[in-house]
Amino acid sequence: MSKLVIKNGRVVDPAQNLDRVLDIGIEDAIVREIAADLNTTGAQIFDATGLVVAPGFIDMHVHLREPGFEHAETIESGARAAATGGFTSICCMPNTKPVNDNATVTSYIVDRARRHAIVNVYPIGAITKGSAGEELAAFASMKQAGIVAISDDGKPVMNARVVRRAMEFACALDIPLIEHCEDLHLSAGGDMHEGVESTRLGLRGIPRSSEDVMVARDILLTEVTGVRYHVAHISSHHAVDMVAFAKSRGLRVTSEATPHHFVLADSDMLPYDGNFKMKPPLRERLDVQAVTQGLINGAIDAVATDHAPHAGDEKMQEFERCPFGIIGLETAIGLSLEQLYHPGHVSLLHFVKLFTTNPAGILSLKAGTLKPGAAADVTIFSLDRAWTYDVSQSPSKSSNTPFHGRKFKGGPVATIVGGQIVWGNPK
Amino acid sequence: MGKGLLDIESLARSDAEAILERAKFFQPPPGEPYARHSLLQGRSIVNMFFEASTRTRTSFEIAGRRLGAEIISITASGSSVSKGESLVDTLNTLGAMRPDAIVMRHAASGAPHFLSRYLPIPIVNAGDGLHEHPTQALLDALTILDRRKTLEGLRVAIIGDIAHSRVARSNIFLLSKFGAQIVLCGPASLLPREISQIAPGIELTTDMEKAIKGVDVIMMLRVQLERQYEAAFPANEYFRFFGLRMEHMKLAKPGVIVMHPGPMNRGQEISSEVADSQSSAILNQVGNGIAVRMAVLERVFAA
Repeated sequence: MSKLVIKNGRVVDPAQNLDRVLDIGIEDAIVREIAADLNTTGAQIFDATGLVVAPGFIDMHVHLREPGFEHAETIESGARAAATGGFTSICCMPNTKPVNDNATVTSYIVDRARRHAIVNVYPIGAITKGSAGEELAAFASMKQAGIVAISDDGKPVMNARVVRRAMEFACALDIPLIEHCEDLHLSAGGDMHEGVESTRLGLRGIPRSSEDVMVARDILLTEVTGVRYHVAHISSHHAVDMVAFAKSRGLRVTSEATPHHFVLADSDMLPYDGNFKMKPPLRERLDVQAVTQGLINGAIDAVATDHAPHAGDEKMQEFERCPFGIIGLETAIGLSLEQLYHPGHVSLLHFVKLFTTNPAGILSLKAGTLKPGAAADVTIFSLDRAWTYDVSQSPSKSSNTPFHGRKFKGGPVATIVGGQIVWGNPK
Repeated sequence: MGKGLLDIESLARSDAEAILERAKFFQPPPGEPYARHSLLQGRSIVNMFFEASTRTRTSFEIAGRRLGAEIISITASGSSVSKGESLVDTLNTLGAMRPDAIVMRHAASGAPHFLSRYLPIPIVNAGDGLHEHPTQALLDALTILDRRKTLEGLRVAIIGDIAHSRVARSNIFLLSKFGAQIVLCGPASLLPREISQIAPGIELTTDMEKAIKGVDVIMMLRVQLERQYEAAFPANEYFRFFGLRMEHMKLAKPGVIVMHPGPMNRGQEISSEVADSQSSAILNQVGNGIAVRMAVLERVFAA
């Protein structure tokens, strides 16, 4: 019988349309009550005066690299990085080795997570065997083993007929299909966004159109199949417009954006530094603005990090040889506050929704609210605490970030999973 | 620490002028050999060529020796690079041997920029991927200045595979700094529209006759089939639409200077008649390469 009372925090829960200073009583890993001046007898107390108390944040797009690439990240280390970043739930993409394309791999991840992860881990299964884009993976048995969505993330499903069939199955199983939108013929050989910057630096380009044509194709197929379709890491202003259009037609289309895509443009890159290399690439200022606007007006539903660890030496190379991807769990709240909340673009309720209610809804997770009876997953963060990101202190096994040394106003303070404080920053 | 030379884009006009002035000093009178100097006596320079090159490597070697430096050339095929050593390890190894400067050529754009962040030894870029070839642009400028008083106001056509050319990029940045007008011309798939925005004074055209009309200088680029991911143009049509032939010469200004960074594909981008004509400055370019590289190497060690 463990009791925890979070005192005096500004409780922000979009599911209850709640934004008020209240106490939260937690007992046996469940939220029991929310009220002013709760009785604290026999309870552990967390003083949240001056802090925001929100439902546990969900990152619906991470790479945990286990099994297969444990030198870069493990379920254990990735989960600790998540907790440090204020996330209580993370969804891991299937591009491990072996690929999570069958129930055996899914069960392995679920089991490892249960034993080693300090946050909730929800696996995402592959769309095709080996994510090779040809044969469909074992969706139904993976769903029984615990996947919450399907995706070949890291790669698109290039064959439109294959993705159509996958959409039909996903629709029948009532799980979303998440697409990494990239036409591989248009992007072939590219290392950064195709534009003035790539031309100036002599680097091969990944055109915006490589993302746009896939989003367009998939939206048309969504209309044919009725699937719940989700665009991963949206980065192009055209893609944002198309998702908004699909929504206006009543299609079940959603999208997510990463902090780096709404904070950085291609012109912000430190030239030839692999820590600025990811897919989709950093695009132009107008894309950064469009993605920001999409998060404000609802075209984009969620913030997701696409946390993609790569061991140190993999990014210490010629730019064109560096792998794609950056880590992002620990900087997501800070960057989102900087770009969305502090300039006054979104209310705190809307801000929290992007990390809780919305991703929970897309993935049908029983999470994302502090309603009495809900699992006691809580993210406590500050709106004003000044801090500097030092990646050398990161629990992640990788340090591939362009944000090392960046100064933030506001960030995570404590992370509570199942009623336990799994991470806390005392200062 | 001395000054390397990573690219023309970040080189100040005054620095470019100083290099060109000094290069003029090193130029021998017609028909005479380069004089020997002892300006870099006791200095050691490593010439690190990760990508094949005969002309540039030899030119740097001669330039270094004429200044009295010890210069050692290492090429990728004969080095630990071919045994799988990473670029960082190779350079750390070289760095531990404490040369005074490194001249490097690499197939990856930005490789010297990347290394210069980690290595406390000045690096002279002898060509990085599709990005820049700074000494080529400087020697091209010197070659033009042999026949013209100034670069300012000149109209220069650069013709060929613009997208994949480091020679084009360096020349664009340099000519633009000096107030020249630049016309870029090539097949549509090799002429990125965005390139008109990387510096002031750039026009684009896919019509070779338009490009050449009234120009003072024609710079032909090599068709670089090894840099293509796919056939971006029908190859057998290249010479017909983008090859320089005698009939084009009357469109340009009288006394037009024809240049080519080499190695030439005769009958591809340039006809033999043009390459060997009075207008051609191609061999002057090669000669001037030594004077310019002497000036650049000397500058590395200038206080």
